[in-house]
Amino acid sequence: MIEGQPLPELDADTAPFWEAACRGELVIQACASCGRLRHPPRPMCPYCRSLESRWQEMSGRATVWSYVVPHPPLLPAFMPLAPYNVCVVSLDEDPLIRLVGNLVDHEGAPINSVDASTIEIGVPVRVVFEQVADDVALPRFVRL
Amino acid sequence: MTHPLRDRTAVAGIGQTAFAKSLPETETRMAVTAIKAALDDAGIDASEVDGLASYTLERDVEVEVAKNLGLGDITWFSQIGYGGGAGCGVVGQAAMAVATGQCSVAVAWRSRKRGSAASRPWAQVADRLPGAMQWTRPVGLLRPVDEIAMLTRRYMHEYGGTRDHLANVALAVRAHANRNPAALMYEKKMTREDYLNARWVSEPLCLYDNCLETDGAVAVVVVSAERAPDLPRPPAYIHAFAQGINAQHQTMTNFYRDDPLAGPAWACAPALWRNASVGPDDVKVAQLYDAFSPLIILSLEGYGFCKRGEGGPFTDDGGIELGGRLPVNTSGGGMSEAYVHGFNLIAEGVRQIRGDSTAQVAGADVSLVTSGEGVPTSAILFTKEPVS
Repeated sequence: MIEGQPLPELDADTAPFWEAACRGELVIQACASCGRLRHPPRPMCPYCRSLESRWQEMSGRATVWSYVVPHPPLLPAFMPLAPYNVCVVSLDEDPLIRLVGNLVDHEGAPINSVDASTIEIGVPVRVVFEQVADDVALPRFVRL
Repeated sequence: MTHPLRDRTAVAGIGQTAFAKSLPETETRMAVTAIKAALDDAGIDASEVDGLASYTLERDVEVEVAKNLGLGDITWFSQIGYGGGAGCGVVGQAAMAVATGQCSVAVAWRSRKRGSAASRPWAQVADRLPGAMQWTRPVGLLRPVDEIAMLTRRYMHEYGGTRDHLANVALAVRAHANRNPAALMYEKKMTREDYLNARWVSEPLCLYDNCLETDGAVAVVVVSAERAPDLPRPPAYIHAFAQGINAQHQTMTNFYRDDPLAGPAWACAPALWRNASVGPDDVKVAQLYDAFSPLIILSLEGYGFCKRGEGGPFTDDGGIELGGRLPVNTSGGGMSEAYVHGFNLIAEGVRQIRGDSTAQVAGADVSLVTSGEGVPTSAILFTKEPVS
């Protein structure tokens, strides 16, 4: 069992997302041919099969689609934080683009900073990022 | 036109080890023990086996199994991925191999040691995660239960599902296990109060929404429909079989498609019913993959036993208990018998056709078994007689 927090392994498809996150920007992959957004990132557009893509900056506005409140047993890095929340949010630009992160009380607050009984599906949030490693900033959500 | 696989093969033998929280035997020893028991049940000598089918997660690759059992020439072998989604696919592909003459006696099995906490895959992730896990594990969506809880919360929001529905599921399968001496939970009764007071694992799912973690192995023997009636046990004909992955599916974290609550069952079920000459109304008993209780509710919908959103109410008033409209997981299933990645569900689907389940459904002539919902999946319809 790993002691530390698991982190993403950046690869050719996903590195631009994480690099933007480190700058505090939310970018989503878009097809350079038909323009449709897709997430998670991948080499080919599932709508028009183009291999050309670009990265599009999002407003960061989203709504909570669902959430869970994990309790132990958990990886050691998460045990002191439990119970915490994990949310899936739908982006305003395209509600079918969904992102996984944590609702926090304010930017920089820990993932157990929100009373889970106050979380509601459908509430509007703003995406922020918390830098957790030199090359990784993780998505968190703050209620608007 | 009759589907070319329909009623062409049958399960002639089933075998299993004991199921327990911890068994001293290795996975290899358990695998060959279960396969030997299945061959004995079928009345077939190991020297006749020429086909082998298993999960990619299996530690006991074909050569180990063949060396132990003293098998001769193997002319067909295959493995299927995606953990609990593989089960019916493993048996169904063995049926395809027998029906097409690639082999004549195929054995399929799953042997699994998962009783100890340290053996759980979620606890063995690396520091850096490639692929789909990079979007979920770093933010604390760590375990399969967290992933299914996310879909469950949304399901409750969209359709008004409740914890009472989940409790119906947990209580039904537990009541069935209480009749099955082979089940881990044979002697452990559960009340609705027990369910509602259980500790959370990942809200909205509690301890009793989860399958067991156990050690054990199960095996089946597949032969042609021509041979099956001459063997000692009543054949369970493989009437229809299908696999399924639906559009834009993401294994376990199915959050990224238009309709995340419709998982691979929504691809598998239409193919299954298309391949069959029977429909959902003909099914007398079902073994629905139950790594988590909500998967039974979703599968009731996906396989067409009720409409979208009606899977919860379907479980009311003993709907999935013995004597109910569709008895489900009559051995106790993954949640109360043993979690052998769904392969114990296949054995129970066969026992229902034979008429010797410990929770036997009267007149069970059509028996459905499904594999993992939430992952690329598969399903089999067993029948007592060829019906085409």
